[in-house]
Amino acid sequence: MHKKLIIIGGGPAGLSAACAAVDRGLSASDILVLERDSEPGGILNQCIHAGFGLHRFGEELSGPEYAGRYIKMARERNIEILTYSMVLSLTDDRCVTFVSPALGYTKASADAVILAMGCRERTRGALNIPGSRPAGIYTAGCAQRYVNIEGFMPGHRVVILGSGDIGLIMARRMTLEGAKVLAVCEIMPYSGGLARNIAQCLDDFDIPLMLSHTVTRIHGKERVQGVTIAQVDENNGRRPIPETEQYIECDTLLLSVGLIPENELTRGANIALDRMTSGAAVNQYRETSAEGIYAAGNVLHVHDLVDYVSEEAEIAGYAAADRILGKSKESKKTVDIHTGFGVRYTVPERIDLSRDSEPLKIFFRSDNVYKKVQLIAETESGKILAKRTKTAVAPGEMESLEIKSDDILDLIGTDDKFIRVYIKEFGGDAK
Amino acid sequence: MTTKELTCVVCPAGCRLKVTLDGGKVVGVEGNTCARGKTYAESEITHPVRTLTSTVTIITKSGKKLLPVRTDKPIPRESLLEAMKIIRSVSANAPIKTGEIIVKDFIEAGTNLISCKDETV
Repeated sequence: MHKKLIIIGGGPAGLSAACAAVDRGLSASDILVLERDSEPGGILNQCIHAGFGLHRFGEELSGPEYAGRYIKMARERNIEILTYSMVLSLTDDRCVTFVSPALGYTKASADAVILAMGCRERTRGALNIPGSRPAGIYTAGCAQRYVNIEGFMPGHRVVILGSGDIGLIMARRMTLEGAKVLAVCEIMPYSGGLARNIAQCLDDFDIPLMLSHTVTRIHGKERVQGVTIAQVDENNGRRPIPETEQYIECDTLLLSVGLIPENELTRGANIALDRMTSGAAVNQYRETSAEGIYAAGNVLHVHDLVDYVSEEAEIAGYAAADRILGKSKESKKTVDIHTGFGVRYTVPERIDLSRDSEPLKIFFRSDNVYKKVQLIAETESGKILAKRTKTAVAPGEMESLEIKSDDILDLIGTDDKFIRVYIKEFGGDAK
Repeated sequence: MTTKELTCVVCPAGCRLKVTLDGGKVVGVEGNTCARGKTYAESEITHPVRTLTSTVTIITKSGKKLLPVRTDKPIPRESLLEAMKIIRSVSANAPIKTGEIIVKDFIEAGTNLISCKDETV
């Protein structure tokens, strides 16, 4: 089988990329979206809470509604979505092997591939919490699926470790369904979730958020009977402080300790990954180190909002369509983007400079909480390309800087090999 | 005059608001980056409201499933648990479309509980 464009994943990223490719002039019959679940929509189907789509649609939608909008857009464009289709492997010359009830074992080649597999949750195995292995320990997203799709409660007295957004959302959801959420423990001195979720998921229900706290032991043999929590020492590698230990009786422990882009296929194709994002390293079109293979959405880096996933996937969808239609921009030079003070990672990781570059956004996360800062992008030779002042930045909230097309054009003529993105603290007085 | 700090929950930006009060009345809002932040602060001080999302049982040809639902307008925050009680007693029948009303005049007149998904069979 040959398709001009194969998109792996029918969640928000895959659907948005497919629609964008059609809108750019690619025929829908040249596109195949492979989805492993029974229906498209991805994780949005279980994210029944509201707050999606404010940027995209100017409305506050629930996850299924947001997915529904994109499913409708894809159907209107006659895009083929093959469900129950599991991709087994991918090669760097764009050969996709998948199995599905409809087509069996299939090898398909493509002129372009967009990776849109999303991410998955970090589990207990990554945390090294001592104790036995009783029932009652779930990732927050797993509990979310049980409550919102399968329709049963995983427990009644709940402690949540980690303050990622899914954990906060589940604290509220379990409370509304009649459970008692006793505490949310966060090992860092700040929450990894959005401020609004702390306000409306924890504060509204008087659920304590215990910063600089972690779970040091899980008790129970058949079923979780309790957990021991302790404060951690910020100045001593976040080691638990023994004298602060306390026992909380509970039957359930939810883990909301981070998401990891799902890149087994990417690794299998020998595509270069960024150590910090755990996703592919890409240029501004979201093209990976393998020509014609693009990546977008949470498979590339974990986003705060699905609206941004859709936006990023459009970039990849347009670029893939341009490549297939022979309209790609000719690259004159490539500059890398380096992370300077306070910046954990950037996306993209490099920029292909062309004569007719459009303005582009560099997305990044800070590595800590900083107050009163300037966000700066400057060239190797010190020319400031973008600068923004903010009262505060936190790792949980993605930042961006826009680079103008004139500046991109100017860079072609210089010897500069990189752009540096960094954070500058200016204290209380300066503007 | 007193001040109160709030986190705006209108959108994911989560602006930190500083609200100045004079005898329980809002006389100033700072820190908001859009007009909705000011409206939020005023409502939050006098009468906090929230959009509620949950699920109801839906009867389909292939058996019982869960249908995601939400209120089409925010409801008073203090009514959330009462609203959940009503939701637990409600069920729907397929087929149903996104936006279709499951419970009319839910908690308050003019507010409805609506479906968040198309369920065709």
